[in-house]
Amino acid sequence: MSDLLQVRDLHVKFVTPDRTVNAVNGVSFDVKRGETLGILGESGSGKSVTLRSILRLHPEHRTRWGGSIKLEGDEILTMGRSALSDLRGQRVAMIFQEPATAFDPVFTIGHQIAETVRRHTGKGEADSWKRARELLEMVRIPSPAQRLKAYPHEMSGGMRQRAMIALALSCNPALLLADEPTTALDATVQIQVLLLIRELQREFNVGVIFVTHDIGVAVEVSDRIGVMYAGKIVELAPVEQMVDAPRHPYSRGLLASTVHDGMRGQRLEAIPGAPPDLAEVPTGCSFAPRCKFVQPSCVARPPDLREVGGSHLVRCVLAGAVEAGVAA
Amino acid sequence: MDSLMPREDRGGPAQPLLLAQGLRKHFPVPGGLLGRSRKVVRAVDDLSLSVAKGETLGVVGESGCGKSTVARLLIRLIKPDKGTMVLDGDPVDEPHGITVNELRRQVQMVFQDSYASLNPRLTIAETLAFAPRAHGLPASEARARVRDLLDKVGLDPASYAERYPHELSGGQRQRVNIARALALRPRLIILDEAVSALDKSVEAQVLNMLVDLKTELGLTYIFISHDLNVVQYLSDRVLVMYLGKIVELGSVEAIYGNPQHPYTRALLSARPSMDPRRRTKEAPIQGDPPNPIDPPSGCRFRTRCPFAEDVCARVEPPLADTGAQAVACHMRVVGSGHSKAAAP
Repeated sequence: MSDLLQVRDLHVKFVTPDRTVNAVNGVSFDVKRGETLGILGESGSGKSVTLRSILRLHPEHRTRWGGSIKLEGDEILTMGRSALSDLRGQRVAMIFQEPATAFDPVFTIGHQIAETVRRHTGKGEADSWKRARELLEMVRIPSPAQRLKAYPHEMSGGMRQRAMIALALSCNPALLLADEPTTALDATVQIQVLLLIRELQREFNVGVIFVTHDIGVAVEVSDRIGVMYAGKIVELAPVEQMVDAPRHPYSRGLLASTVHDGMRGQRLEAIPGAPPDLAEVPTGCSFAPRCKFVQPSCVARPPDLREVGGSHLVRCVLAGAVEAGVAA
Repeated sequence: MDSLMPREDRGGPAQPLLLAQGLRKHFPVPGGLLGRSRKVVRAVDDLSLSVAKGETLGVVGESGCGKSTVARLLIRLIKPDKGTMVLDGDPVDEPHGITVNELRRQVQMVFQDSYASLNPRLTIAETLAFAPRAHGLPASEARARVRDLLDKVGLDPASYAERYPHELSGGQRQRVNIARALALRPRLIILDEAVSALDKSVEAQVLNMLVDLKTELGLTYIFISHDLNVVQYLSDRVLVMYLGKIVELGSVEAIYGNPQHPYTRALLSARPSMDPRRRTKEAPIQGDPPNPIDPPSGCRFRTRCPFAEDVCARVEPPLADTGAQAVACHMRVVGSGHSKAAAP
């Protein structure tokens, strides 16, 4: 059992008096220690909802869960309050997209990191500040002793995200969750933060789940990539296979519609239409209405995630046939 | 309805459609003793550019480099502190030139936030008819124009004209914003991060549409974006900005194929690799862009530049023509005193 995290048939439903949103509709995956799983998807695909479920960050009274999330064998979906609060920050930590709102504006960076260290490790005041300083050094914030006394608004976006990473790693978590951590950053800063996350992941040997909408970013950090659409993983494969030979029509479309070098003058292969309304429980393949390979069996019942060789999973009745169709 | 026909070309293809000379905009920073602050954000400093008829000029740079301020100056949403503008031979907002209102008939803009750009209380038809009606188009003709505009941006008039903005997806709303920009039959459209908030699959649809509309209507674009790949895809010429200054300007082939300024090079190599076997090993430059309040003396990039020398702190490099492109770097100026510059 080398799996750190096991997610099995996860369903997340948000219920309000006027409407129900089926945000996640049966997601399963594993994450090992020292591995980075990239989750790629567009807005509304359920990627962030899946990620936040691992810390149970959704409002309890409006969320209906199904399935199972196990961290080192412990079921998270039924965990009690105190176990949950030991889990958060200590065993599983999270980096958010917007570090400016993730930090408390009225306390210094040093105060917030030291407090976390005290809460989870029981260290004394002086030791926890010493640890905070070491952490800022580790994420390569210049003059860390002074930066401990800085308030979040006194730092640039890149520095705040580094401080956020320091905070996340302060208690040696086994699993690090990253929700679009570089989306708000400038290009030249984004690459610095991506390299830092990659390096620290190796050093700490943590499992990482990295959620992003940017294929380039996912390729830079991931060992495996899962593509999500309408609350399901439609394809899961090692990064090389995902880039070289995507099998699901949606993954193929997503890669083809992403503009990159050397596409000048060519017409972009756009996917027609828009993602489905998540109020309905899907009765067939959710991508069928936009898929150019659609056939009757696609709408008869939702397709299963099938292995098509070499730990490459695809949720499509045509997996394999799609390539033949494109080549022909 | 003469006033709502497309404007005629005046100076011929060789005359730039839009020419801006020495534009400057400094914003005072609130605060300080009694609110009298002497600090300013130098958002745009002595910036000159020209846009040729029928071309797409791409503008790239990181946050705070002034690219959106440039867009707002060009359509006069804000007044420049200094500088002049000429639209197809006519000076703008000057006694013998054209008025700001006339400028805005010919130059239109699409913003990043598709929802905030639309009035939530107006239907799509009302939004699209607003400007043509204000310019005196009769109601029946305005209705016809709304149908035509929706057709042009690929939205079925029968099902979209009477909807409200909140009933549309982000991609559909951005199509409406583009339709509105076309409503007065402008010649130049400024697209300020117009596709940045869209998902990739929708972004591709809108980019294809922008390419088609440009050919069909003979438009000229200024395309502002932080996404270097999209700018490369769409632009004929590219302008690179850093802290309110142009650092490099040239054809898309020159900028992407043979970048001369160290910042342009860093920006291009900071793009994530699409090949898992050739991942980025080292960040091209360290640190964050400095605050545009009190930018560095001399060359504004010198604090992050691996080649910075004394001369870079003392003297501001001019935007010098090097043949294929113009570059503001002492390394490219003969006899500048930089050790990598050619001797005079």
